[in-house]
Amino acid sequence: MSANVCNGCPAHDQLARMGIDVESYDHVVALAGNPNTGKSSVFNALTGLRQHVGNWTGKTVTRAEGAFGYKSRRYKLVDLPGTYSLLSASQDEEIARNFLLFGQPDCTVIVTDATALERNLNLVLQVLEITDKAVVCVNLMDEAERKGLEIDVRSLSRDLGVPAVPTVARSKQGMAELVSTVAAVIGGEIRTSPLRIETPAGVSEAISGLVPLIEDLVPGLANARWVALRLLDGDHKVREALLSGELADLAGSQHASAPQRSSRITAIAGAQ
Amino acid sequence: MPTSPEAILERSDSLRREIGGDFRDRMVGALYESAQQVASRSVRETGKRKWDFDQRVDRLVTSRSLGLPIMLLLLALVFWITILGANVPSQMLANALFTVEAAAAGWFDSLGVPLWITGLLWHGMFRGLAWVVSVMLPPMAIFFPVFTILEDLGYLPRVAFNLDWLFRRAGAHGKQALTMAMGFGCNAAGVTSTRIIDSPRERLLAILTNNFVPCNGRFPTLIMLAVIFVAASFPPAVASVAAAGAVVCVVVLGIGFTLAVSWALSRSVLSGEASAFTLELPPYRRPSVLRILYTSLIDRTVFVLGRAMLTAAPAGAVIWILANVTYGERSLASLAIGWLDPLGAAIGLDGVILLAYVIAIPANEIVVPTMLMCYLGGSMMIDVATYDEIRVVLIDQHGWTLLTAVNLMLFSLLHNPCATTILTIWKETRSPRWTTLGALMPLAFAFATCFATAQAVRLLP
Repeated sequence: MSANVCNGCPAHDQLARMGIDVESYDHVVALAGNPNTGKSSVFNALTGLRQHVGNWTGKTVTRAEGAFGYKSRRYKLVDLPGTYSLLSASQDEEIARNFLLFGQPDCTVIVTDATALERNLNLVLQVLEITDKAVVCVNLMDEAERKGLEIDVRSLSRDLGVPAVPTVARSKQGMAELVSTVAAVIGGEIRTSPLRIETPAGVSEAISGLVPLIEDLVPGLANARWVALRLLDGDHKVREALLSGELADLAGSQHASAPQRSSRITAIAGAQ
Repeated sequence: MPTSPEAILERSDSLRREIGGDFRDRMVGALYESAQQVASRSVRETGKRKWDFDQRVDRLVTSRSLGLPIMLLLLALVFWITILGANVPSQMLANALFTVEAAAAGWFDSLGVPLWITGLLWHGMFRGLAWVVSVMLPPMAIFFPVFTILEDLGYLPRVAFNLDWLFRRAGAHGKQALTMAMGFGCNAAGVTSTRIIDSPRERLLAILTNNFVPCNGRFPTLIMLAVIFVAASFPPAVASVAAAGAVVCVVVLGIGFTLAVSWALSRSVLSGEASAFTLELPPYRRPSVLRILYTSLIDRTVFVLGRAMLTAAPAGAVIWILANVTYGERSLASLAIGWLDPLGAAIGLDGVILLAYVIAIPANEIVVPTMLMCYLGGSMMIDVATYDEIRVVLIDQHGWTLLTAVNLMLFSLLHNPCATTILTIWKETRSPRWTTLGALMPLAFAFATCFATAQAVRLLP
């Protein structure tokens, strides 16, 4: 049934699953999300790979990479470990956060569980603090329906300031729309303006005191506000990145958009 | 002049002091509030039928009194289905493959090919392959999909939930129940999956004890012994249930060893407290049949079987050479067996079994085929295909007793991990010390346990 719907969709013919052929690519897409939301299913549906999918938390212990093609462009897809937050520093969260920050994906797909949207949004909002280019994939729509939940994806998209796409990754529903949305975000046809968390009283002033300093040190850094927030929280890793010049390197490459560079950092993050 | 990193840190430190100590709490509070606002506008509840059902099932399968019995019952059910379904296809495969061997060997003879080439190729390598395929393929092709269904349903986290208190008492991480469950499929995969455990101490516990659950390569051995020795003493109607029960007993013993050894290690070389963790109980999901078949048959069955066949062919050749090359009056095999016999006898086994375990170090799967080939080495013509015929060979011709069967089950459960698992332990720990311990500790347990049972049985009148 779902396959027929896909066949009729114009995007259907344009999605080419390219498996593990990640040699050359035009764009990098990261796959983030809470554990057990079906990230691996989305990964498999897009790349045609068959990464093992299991119904238990923490199954994806290593980062998987795959590739797909869409409208004659090649995309590398990186499946990050599932995490509940990007705040504390367990190994999983660090791998995910480092990739979002230093791997500089051209777009991040945040996979969410439609049956537990509120909890999943905690991570979505944290990812949106780091990156503007994101698409929220509202997965497990079939389960939400069975549980009697109705998800207003348009309202969600409007509130978050990034596109939201309903999917059932296990049966490949919504994959074509997800891919075309990712392409549109990367291409700039869809403009995103992510919701920023409303900061508590006093914090906004502190942030606006820090951001100019950070931007002065690292001109052109896309996530200066996030860095300021982490510094205010006393995040050791971010302090180290600032002192070692790692953050400064980051800003240089944010403009150059050099795939080789990001793949080198990917390799480093992967070796950790 | 641009700002220095140190100046930024100084500024942020002073700002942090101004804001106050509860910054993190307030930010997280703001985060939750934003998430709640967005969710409240986009999610609408129309009913709650399914939710109640999930919770009712969970209350049953994770209940204090019924959780563990239900788990053991499910495990028994998996083995029962495997034993029941594997018997007939195993015999059919064996019959077909041994017919091929006989025909091919006859054809080679009629062409005038030297006897040693025919022997090495068909009575050695091919026979090794035939045994591995017929003994292993049917149980695996049934066990893996059934196990994958449980995994896909979301049952494994419930197992971890049920066993958590046991692991915590042993000083180990509750997620070790998950890595242990993965070990049922393959110990090497189980060792890799310990990456989900953050604490290095608890991860080492999980790695070192993973071998105590029998992997899929060892199930055929256990199942065969259970069918031949346990099921045979029950009426046919309940024989398969009794066999499944025996396998469950062995598995429970393995879990017992896992906990006891974890406990002992966490009070000696790996001392420390169990760390707390959160485990999400995912919703039950309807398993998707096609994907289960693909994952379990292609990714797992073919992978494991391929590996077994890769090691079975050379092992078959080695056995044939050992059986047919003579030194003085006797074949190399009978020399080795004679040499190993006293040690085997001391632990209630015999030299052939120990030789089979030495040859089968690369892969546990080939222990039973290797053993049978050693026993039948001299009498090539005997066509052994059914469990009944195997029983005749083992009991009537080679003096097996119930003690031999029980001890072989124990030995199979406890002995050293296969070469792949040892290599994986090395890859995951990068430590010669832990790798050596991971390889030799189970072997020591196997010898000690079998020695103890053998002596105990012999002391009985």
